[in-house]
Amino acid sequence: MDIVVLIKFVPDLVEDLEIDASTGLLDRSFLRLMPNELDEHALEQAVILKERHGGRVTVLALDTGDVDEALFTAVAKGADRVIKITGDGFDQGLGSRRIATILRRALSDVRFDLILTGTQAVDDLDGFVGAFLAADLGLPYVGYVTQVAAADGRVVVRKEYPGGLNAEIEVSGPAVLGIQAAERAPRYVVTSKVMEAMKSAKIEEFAVDEVSVENEFAISSMALPESGTHAEMIEGTVPQIAQRLAALLKERGILA
Amino acid sequence: MCGEVCVVVEVLRGEVKDITYIMLAAGRQLAAGLKTKLTALLIGRDVQKLVAQLGAADRIVCVEHADLEEFNPDAYLQVLIAVFEQHAPRLVMFGHTATGTDLACGVAHRLRWPVATACWTFSLGNGTVQCSSLTCGGKLIANGPLPEPSCVVTVMPGGYKAKDGQVHKTPAVETVSAPGLDQVRTRFKQYLEPPAGDVDITKQRILVSVGRGIQNKDNLALAEKLAAALGGVVSGSRPVIDQAWLPTTRLVGKSGKQVKPKLYVAIGISGAPEHLEGVAEAELMLAINTDPKAPIFDVAQYGATCNALELMPLLTENLKR
Repeated sequence: MDIVVLIKFVPDLVEDLEIDASTGLLDRSFLRLMPNELDEHALEQAVILKERHGGRVTVLALDTGDVDEALFTAVAKGADRVIKITGDGFDQGLGSRRIATILRRALSDVRFDLILTGTQAVDDLDGFVGAFLAADLGLPYVGYVTQVAAADGRVVVRKEYPGGLNAEIEVSGPAVLGIQAAERAPRYVVTSKVMEAMKSAKIEEFAVDEVSVENEFAISSMALPESGTHAEMIEGTVPQIAQRLAALLKERGILA
Repeated sequence: MCGEVCVVVEVLRGEVKDITYIMLAAGRQLAAGLKTKLTALLIGRDVQKLVAQLGAADRIVCVEHADLEEFNPDAYLQVLIAVFEQHAPRLVMFGHTATGTDLACGVAHRLRWPVATACWTFSLGNGTVQCSSLTCGGKLIANGPLPEPSCVVTVMPGGYKAKDGQVHKTPAVETVSAPGLDQVRTRFKQYLEPPAGDVDITKQRILVSVGRGIQNKDNLALAEKLAAALGGVVSGSRPVIDQAWLPTTRLVGKSGKQVKPKLYVAIGISGAPEHLEGVAEAELMLAINTDPKAPIFDVAQYGATCNALELMPLLTENLKR
């Protein structure tokens, strides 16, 4: 089973996000980017399927952030082929529709049975890359997937609903699946394996010209949320905070 | 339906989900502002019995077919495209949910409409509809105009109250026949029930909930001891469940449980919108997170930015005194 995985770089949410005063949008000049977490789950699920059924895993990523490192890490985890897509303006942040259009072009000579990507990315605003790519390729799409099983040329996915409920859905391939979580946590690879991949593997490059997307939803302004309420912050040393919180809970009659 | 506001009703196992009422509440306001009608699009099998719950809409468009009994992404998509090819609403609203997000982009792509996702409020300004979306884990709000003449949106809970969209009245129902569904490439097989046997976190008085900040599985013991001292149990946010440090039955949030404890202690949880959906009804919340800008502090009553791993044993000790 040949599988394509898409990895998108998104803002690292551990860092502070700032608004650029001149554009009114997210200031991207010092933004630290990292692979979208659900895309890492998609890669894990792809490698699990490869281990089970054979086939090749191809990973694609736009040339943003530490893309080489992410692609070599993917090789260390079990990817067979890694493709970096180059082009202009990627660092400005592209909409999902635009990314899907670029990926469709890059996939024109890649054989696949399944495309896996994160159900969504933390900075999605105009739709989801996987769902758009499916529509663009004329393939079925299922998102919120937490398990993928293949047998007799058919794929059965587990789709997650709230409250721990799941549904099994059969998909006739090829298809695009939005992964919500891999069936087990993404594997960790040691740096030495990544270094090894850097020596043995080659990142292919695919250049795309500017793509035009009609009727795109565009953000006109961004803001940091200003909540009407904020927690009363307890300051001091850790023992002081512990004492204060314990007293607070006792005062409020929480303890039985 | 042309030029109208259209809410795609979300039904799971024969039950209208709350997000539908939230969308109807939003749609009611927008339809009034745009001087147009509010339509609810109801898809399923034998769903006409649900129309009395959708009285917030001016009318219902109902598509029924045996193959639409349970959610089936490809079949539902084909129905939606067939309906909207005939009538193009000004706005099509889907829930920002496991079903809505499967459909929104497919509809938008096929009809060449734009899509705006994770919308939580809408307003009318500069002659058009503006939306605000929560993005980047709730750390950023993005605003933009919804392009005309038609646009697809996915709606998150938070901006509107479900009860404002719950009107018991039976609007006019128009039945539309489903398109041929013989080329459908996805098929619903069965539901897998949540595992039973574990404690029910929705019934707990006190929850100590752990997130990414707990760092590793061994540190869970600290949270277990704190929970024991408080007379509660441990629950968690998505990253902890995905690491299999806690069973899925302990997941709080959009894809897990909606909890309503007297006390919710959030340890190392940033407070992404998906998590906050699950804790809206907690009576008292205490949050420990090293990031002073974490959204969790906007909903907690008390907070501290100290190291939670150091705090938990000390707090446990103090509570026992």
